[in-house]
Amino acid sequence: MAGESEKERKHTTVSIPIQLYEKIKKRIKGTGFTSVSDYVTYVLREVIASLEEEEKEEVFSKEEEEKVKERLRALGYLD
Amino acid sequence: MLPRPHGGRLVNRVMGEELKERTLEEARGIPRIEVSLDVAVDVENIAYGVFSPLEGFLSRNNYISVLESMRLENDTPWTIPIVLDVASRELRGKEVNEGDTVALTYKQRAFALLTIEEVYRYSKSEYMESVFKTLDKNHPGVRKIMEMKDRLVSGDIELINSVENPYTRYTLHPVETRVLFKELGWRTIVGFQTRNAPHMGHEYIQKTALTFVDGLFINPVIGKKKPGDFKDEVILKAYEELIKNYYLKGKAVLAILRTEMRYAGPREAIFHAIVRKNFGCTHFIIGRDHAGVGNYYKPYEAQEIFNEFPDLGIAPVFFKTFYYCKKCYGYVNEQVCPHRGEDVIPPSGTKIREMLMKRRLPPREMMRPEVAKIILSFEKPFVD
Repeated sequence: MAGESEKERKHTTVSIPIQLYEKIKKRIKGTGFTSVSDYVTYVLREVIASLEEEEKEEVFSKEEEEKVKERLRALGYLD
Repeated sequence: MLPRPHGGRLVNRVMGEELKERTLEEARGIPRIEVSLDVAVDVENIAYGVFSPLEGFLSRNNYISVLESMRLENDTPWTIPIVLDVASRELRGKEVNEGDTVALTYKQRAFALLTIEEVYRYSKSEYMESVFKTLDKNHPGVRKIMEMKDRLVSGDIELINSVENPYTRYTLHPVETRVLFKELGWRTIVGFQTRNAPHMGHEYIQKTALTFVDGLFINPVIGKKKPGDFKDEVILKAYEELIKNYYLKGKAVLAILRTEMRYAGPREAIFHAIVRKNFGCTHFIIGRDHAGVGNYYKPYEAQEIFNEFPDLGIAPVFFKTFYYCKKCYGYVNEQVCPHRGEDVIPPSGTKIREMLMKRRLPPREMMRPEVAKIILSFEKPFVD
């Protein structure tokens, strides 16, 4: 299993303004968040996930799609 | 719009038809590793993108990251280790080293290639404590890990041929469900995980979810289960009967998920949600004691764990257990019904099973008679 050094490698430090830090500290009191870092990580994950959602791309070509539809019809999933 | 596959891209590690024959010929001259049906099926799941973004078995760093933080090294949520265990003696005997390509065989027939990235030691107790939260040998997941071989082998796979599947009729790959949902005009889809024949409680959970989404994806787990569970064919036939008699046409799709149950409770709930996201679901139902066994997890622990995954990319839908209320004259749950005790008839899975084992029809408040009759048409509906 990982030693302490490997665990540490999974996180890095970023700087935020002290005023913002204090605001967040107040905000998370009495919530499930145990540290400012946890809260900031949560918010950033939300933001990144929603940005990635906006960048969606189609995953199949037209030919692939037609082939798939044929199988779906053969199995009775499509009329 | 359907959700993007987990990790951003639907993995495809299925070998093109034109390469298969030559590869199988060449595979005769390379070392072979025989795997169980469970592992073979998971290779297929990786190849067809069910386990996207995995392209193979977990590397050591990813394995450790999954145990410790329930995420891959790149921070993508992933809660269940997908690993290949091999005996160090076997690897030495075959002179297999990192960087080599080996053929994976099932019943001595090559069905996939594995390019070995790493061979590493692991601690079974750490695996069991992290994933199952227990070392108790009575836990079916713990028992399975105790039987695993002493090394894990990581690396990307490539599927040459699928292994035996008695349920091809019900098997859809994520690329197919995504086309199907689009063709049905569904923009929002709720996934339902099950390892049981449906009782009234299941039906009302599904129908309640159906009131706010376009379609329902019923996705029973087909694979190794514990004694006393419903047999796979019983679950499928029972659902077909239910859908035929009690669901609107074009609102429910039944297809299987071939993988073993891990009984890892909360961690498995996240894993199940990720898999359904890959199939194209926008929502996923989590009921009471999802993927649990015995009393190893709190009744709603599998719901609470979703708080730790705001970036999962599929919306969990939480339900309390539904029951029949004699005073409300209908199927309700404790979020809408004030009655308790003698006033309610919960569709207890254990009671239903006991009645079916005695070849008796459960009351219609617990299970649809059509469904119960289908189950009783099987001589042995339960796993021995």
